[in-house]
Amino acid sequence: MDRSSHPRSRRFAPAVALAAAAALTLAGCSSGSGGKKAEESADGASAGKANTPRMTVALVTHQAAGDTFWDIVRKGAEAAAAKDNIKLIYSNDPNAGNQANLVQNAIDQKVDGIAITLAKPDAMKDVVSKAKAANIPVVGLNSGVSDWQKLGLMEFFGQDETVAGEALGKRLNEDGAKSAVCVIQEQGNIGLTQRCDGVKKTFSGKLQTLFVNGTDMPSVKSTITAKLTQDKSIDHVVTLGAPFAMTAVQSVSEAGSKAKIATFDLNKELTGAISAGTIEFAVDQQPYLQGYLAVDSLWLYKNNGNYSGGGEQPVLTGPAFVDKSNVETIAKFAAKGTR
Amino acid sequence: MSMTQHAEPAVTTPPAPGRKDTDGRTAQRPLALRLLARPEIGVFLGAAAVYVFFLIAAPPVRDGSSMATVLYQASTLGIMTLPVALLMIGGEFDLSSGVAVLTSALTASMTTYQLTLNVWMGVVVALIVSLAVGFFNGWMVVRTGLPSFLVTLGTFLILQGANLAVTKLVTTNVATDDISNMDGFDQAKKIFASSFDIGGVQVKITVFYWLAFAALATWVLLRTKYGNWIFAVGGNKDSARAVGVPVTFTKISLFMLVGLGAWFVGMHQLFTFNTVQSGEGVGQELIYIAGAVIGGCLLTGGYGSAIGPVFGAFMFGMVNQGIVFAGWNPDWFKAFLGVMLLGAVLINLWVRQSATRR
Repeated sequence: MDRSSHPRSRRFAPAVALAAAAALTLAGCSSGSGGKKAEESADGASAGKANTPRMTVALVTHQAAGDTFWDIVRKGAEAAAAKDNIKLIYSNDPNAGNQANLVQNAIDQKVDGIAITLAKPDAMKDVVSKAKAANIPVVGLNSGVSDWQKLGLMEFFGQDETVAGEALGKRLNEDGAKSAVCVIQEQGNIGLTQRCDGVKKTFSGKLQTLFVNGTDMPSVKSTITAKLTQDKSIDHVVTLGAPFAMTAVQSVSEAGSKAKIATFDLNKELTGAISAGTIEFAVDQQPYLQGYLAVDSLWLYKNNGNYSGGGEQPVLTGPAFVDKSNVETIAKFAAKGTR
Repeated sequence: MSMTQHAEPAVTTPPAPGRKDTDGRTAQRPLALRLLARPEIGVFLGAAAVYVFFLIAAPPVRDGSSMATVLYQASTLGIMTLPVALLMIGGEFDLSSGVAVLTSALTASMTTYQLTLNVWMGVVVALIVSLAVGFFNGWMVVRTGLPSFLVTLGTFLILQGANLAVTKLVTTNVATDDISNMDGFDQAKKIFASSFDIGGVQVKITVFYWLAFAALATWVLLRTKYGNWIFAVGGNKDSARAVGVPVTFTKISLFMLVGLGAWFVGMHQLFTFNTVQSGEGVGQELIYIAGAVIGGCLLTGGYGSAIGPVFGAFMFGMVNQGIVFAGWNPDWFKAFLGVMLLGAVLINLWVRQSATRR
């Protein structure tokens, strides 16, 4: 052993020992329940593959990083792209200006179609007209149900947030709710505000809104607890996203409240909570369907000249209620993270 | 006690009138002034003011369980604010601390789930990863001499991206899978996320950890050689090195301490909520830093305490929950929060100035 390698080997010896020890302990410390081993093989829906010429579609959303909802939209879009022999370019930015730049980027790439969300319609006006000038068809999805025609989009797939809120409000009436709180996890988000406004429109009881910091779960939890402590008359908590509903369950028990929980949107943990009865119901807008239909519609247009909704009406993907009566059929799809 | 006087302008204080018979350098200043000169007294008064304010404005605050909610919120911030404050006293910054909490929780959750291991194995792997992130930050800062603002901004972005990309790659979703039915979970939950019944009020275990860590940090700062080193490297790195303070060790270990805090809070989040969403944590770093600054730590380093940030975190939790307890119009929520915090900082500033002027 030469001199220069000696200190090096000495430095690495502990690391090697540590790795070996770790490997050994890993082998001896496996869990007897749950985990990957217990997970069933979960393949997404697949429906063969089209033999049409390869085309490129850009999907540009206002997704904030790490949101379970948008992940499902993207999976739907990917499934459609795989089936239609489409190369899908996905990009996202919650900042409207940045989102517009991403659309411009897609135009520069000369894609065959663009699907966008209209969280802030005014910011997208310019790039939409540029895309039209470049003869690229543009469709809308998710948010912007009241603006897509004004901007000259070809089709729209999504849920009218206000309509969804109204549906939830009616359901609360049926369930005999008297006082509810609507929990908004992102202050200033139009879609979320519209949902609460929709609930307010049809709900005959008292509705309050509560803002929580969506990026800090412990804070979400204590804020809902605080609200339930402050107003003991609240009998229903309405959350606007599945993870927040799961957290609200803990808040309710900590506040010693009897409030029931209803929510917008779905994920796999939530289906379990609905069948267990800890969460009453979810208003589902079927994000997978939104992503899937938006991409598929561009393929239909290019290859067969079709317009979904006749180019006049939006294609609504919600509101669909998920409750104890139908959760079993939905749960197996939610487990794959696609519903 | 001598530790906090490193940057304390009291050294230049002229002898108090009426004590001309003694040597000015050793003159005992009045107790009130000596108290006011301590870094934590301003925030203590600010926190007390906010507490009394909400006691009057929001009746539910008077209830014991409401205070438990406030303390819980304060503790999850406070456990991170402590190491962040120590690091700041040591003259450095960590912008990656918010997402580092998530990195730790994601690591533990995914290691456990994907390899179907006992939950404790995930906890240990997460600890190693968290300490490694801290070590990387410290090592980069010391080796390159770059401002820690830049280095940790880089780590912040790396972690933010990796949290998302790795989670998606491994789980094919952006949230981790539920590990609550796996071996060791209940045990770990007891340690990281249980609560105690005190006089009919459920108090979260994090509150006790928070106070215990604060006591430990205070002792380290004021009574140990390592505490001395922290003040020294934050005051003047070069003269500290000249008198034999191991600057490299001190700085790297402080960054690793932040990693340790991130691991702890990350474990708490994992065992409270069973699954973790990979996009969370962004923006929390600023709240930790705010807690330390409100708690009397100078942004320039070399001055501060461990008890100040405790009140800083308490004040943040109190304002945050107090607004809800008071049932105020939530449209103004963030504005209320800002005004209250600014007010508290001003009290803090005023106290410090009036203490050092005389």
